[in-house]
Amino acid sequence: MRQASPKAPSDDKRWRMIDARIRRLGSSPDALIEVLHTAQEAFGYLDPETLAYVGAALGVPPSRTYGVATFYSHFTLKPQGKHTCVVCTGTACYIGGARGIIKRISQDLNIGPGETTEDKRISLLTARCIGACSLAPAVVFDDDVQGKLSPDDVMTHLEQL
Amino acid sequence: MNMPDPSPAALRKLAPVLTKRWLSPDAWRIDVYEQLDGYMALRKALTADPDDLIALVKAAGLRGRGGAGFPAGLKWQFIPQNDGKPHYLVVNADEGEPGTCKDLPLMMADPHSLIEGIIIASYAIRANRAFIYIRGEAVHAARRLRNAVSEATSLGYLGTDILGSGFDLDVVVHSGAGAYICGEETALLESLEGRRGQPRLRPPFPATHGLYASPTVVNNVETIASVPYIVLGGAAWFRSMGTEKSPGPKIYSVSGRVHRPGQYECSLGVTLGELIELAGGMAEGHQLKFWTPGGSSTPMLTAEHIHVPLDFEGMASVGTMLGTTAVQVFSDADDVVYATYRWIKFYHHESCGKCTPCREGNYWMVRILRRILSGAGRPEDLDLLLDTCGNLLGRSFCALGDGATSPVTSSIKYFRQDYLDYIEGRREPIFQDAAASGSSSEATDAEAELAGAR
Repeated sequence: MRQASPKAPSDDKRWRMIDARIRRLGSSPDALIEVLHTAQEAFGYLDPETLAYVGAALGVPPSRTYGVATFYSHFTLKPQGKHTCVVCTGTACYIGGARGIIKRISQDLNIGPGETTEDKRISLLTARCIGACSLAPAVVFDDDVQGKLSPDDVMTHLEQL
Repeated sequence: MNMPDPSPAALRKLAPVLTKRWLSPDAWRIDVYEQLDGYMALRKALTADPDDLIALVKAAGLRGRGGAGFPAGLKWQFIPQNDGKPHYLVVNADEGEPGTCKDLPLMMADPHSLIEGIIIASYAIRANRAFIYIRGEAVHAARRLRNAVSEATSLGYLGTDILGSGFDLDVVVHSGAGAYICGEETALLESLEGRRGQPRLRPPFPATHGLYASPTVVNNVETIASVPYIVLGGAAWFRSMGTEKSPGPKIYSVSGRVHRPGQYECSLGVTLGELIELAGGMAEGHQLKFWTPGGSSTPMLTAEHIHVPLDFEGMASVGTMLGTTAVQVFSDADDVVYATYRWIKFYHHESCGKCTPCREGNYWMVRILRRILSGAGRPEDLDLLLDTCGNLLGRSFCALGDGATSPVTSSIKYFRQDYLDYIEGRREPIFQDAAASGSSSEATDAEAELAGAR
C-alpha cells in the first residue's frame, strides 16, 4: 500500500503545478515520464530534490527515477539558460548547413554545444533529428521550430528572444 | 534556376490521399475537417461488424507504414477476442528515423484523420483506450493532437457511446522524452508504462501481452491514418494504387540535395528518378551519388538504382528495405564515409544499452570510423568494420542494432574506394587529432568537427 503523499519541499508555487499533474494522472508509477516533463517545464531542469519528491509521490524507487531521468535525452539534470536554442544536426540539416550555424553561435556567443552563456540567457543544444528534414536546416528556439535558416537568421532570432 | 517540369509518367505516380487536406490551411480544425468528408468513414464503420472491418483492411492489403511492412489487418486479427482483458491501441508517433518527416506534418496538417483512424481501428479490435505516443521533441504536434482530441470529445466522436453506437473510447496523447529506441514497439510500451525505453523479449508478442500485459496493437501514424480512406473507398480502390503486394499510397519524405525537399505522396512503387523529378530535380551543381530508401537503417543505394520501384519487394530485390520511405538524396559534394560516421554516432548515442552487441559494437565502430577519418586508418579496418557488423546483425536484441549495420556494410559495398582514399592518404583527414587520443566526448567531438576542413 502506498504511503501518504509526501510534502512539497517548499512553498514555491511550482510544486503545486507538479502536485496537480500527479493527482490528475492518479499518482501511479507509470506517470513518471509525464510528471518529469511537468517538473522540467516548471523548474527548467531536474535536481536531486525534484527527482526524490516525484519518485516518492509516485511510489517509484530512486534508482528508477534517476534511470529514467538520465535515459531520455530530453531530461536535463543541469540548470539551463533562460532560452534554449536547439540546432538540429540530423542528416538533412547537417548537409543543409547546421554546422555553419553551430560554428557561428559558438563564435559569437562563446559557447559550445551543451553550454550556456555567461549571462545565463541562452543555452545551445544540439538534437540528432527533430523530424523537420524538409525544412533543413532547422533550429528550435524555445518551443518554436524555424526552418531554412542561415547563420545570420539564427543570430537575429537569438537577439530577439 | 533550371527546374525541369516533372514528366507525365512521374506526375501519374502522385496519389494525394492522406495528404489531400494538407493544402487546406485550417483542416486541423474539426469544423473544416468535417466539411472535407471528415468523420464520414467513422459513421460508416460504426454500423459495420468489427470483424468485417478487420477483413476489409486485410483485403485492402494495408501494410505497416512504420518500416517493417507487416500487414495491418493480420496484426489486428491476432488480438484474442472475449478474453476478458482490456485491449489497447497504441499509435507509434515516435518518428525518429533519420530523414523521416511524414508523420509530423500529417499530425500538424490533418490530426483528425489520425483520430478518426484510431476510433475505427479501436472499434475493430475492441479497444476502449488508445494511446498516441508522440516524440518529446514534437511539442507543437502534441499540442495540436491534444487540441484535436478535446475537439473530437466535445462533439461526441470520443468518450462514451460514440455517435450513439454504444462504443466507448478514450484517447491519450503521451509525449516521449527523446529516445530513438522508443520507436521500437516493445520499447515504446515500456516507455508508456513509465520506464526506460528498452525493448522486451518476444514472444510473448504485444498482440497477446502488450501494454500492461494486455492485448495491444501498435501501428504507425500513417497506417492508422490510412484506415478511414479504406473504409470509405473500399479495398478495390485502395488496391488500384501501388503494386499487388504493396498496395496503396505512401508518403515519401524527400530530403537532401534536391530542389524542393518535402513530402510527396505517391503510389507505392514510384522510383527515385520520378521522386527527384517531382522534387524539381537535383539541386544546382549536384550529381546524385548515394541515397537511402527509408532512413539510415536501410542500406544505401547508388545512382544505378534510380529505376528500382520503391516498394517492399522492389527494395528487397536490391538488398535493402523500404523502411520509413525517408528518401535522403546525397550528391558528389557529400562524403559517404563521413555520413556513415555520423550515422553510427547516432546509433551509438541512441543504443539503449540493453544488449552487448549493439552497445559495444556501435561504440567500437564510431572509434574505427573516426580513426579512418583522422587519416590513421589501417588497411584491415574495413574488414574489422564488417566483422563488427557481422556480430551485430541478427545478434542484437532488437532491430536498432541490425539497422546500425546498414550504413556501414552498404557504404563499404558501394564505396570501398572512398574509404581507401582516407586510409591510403589520398584524401585530407577530417579530424586533425590523432585517433589514439581516444577522447570521444560530445564537446571534444563538436570542437574537432568545427575545426575540420569541411
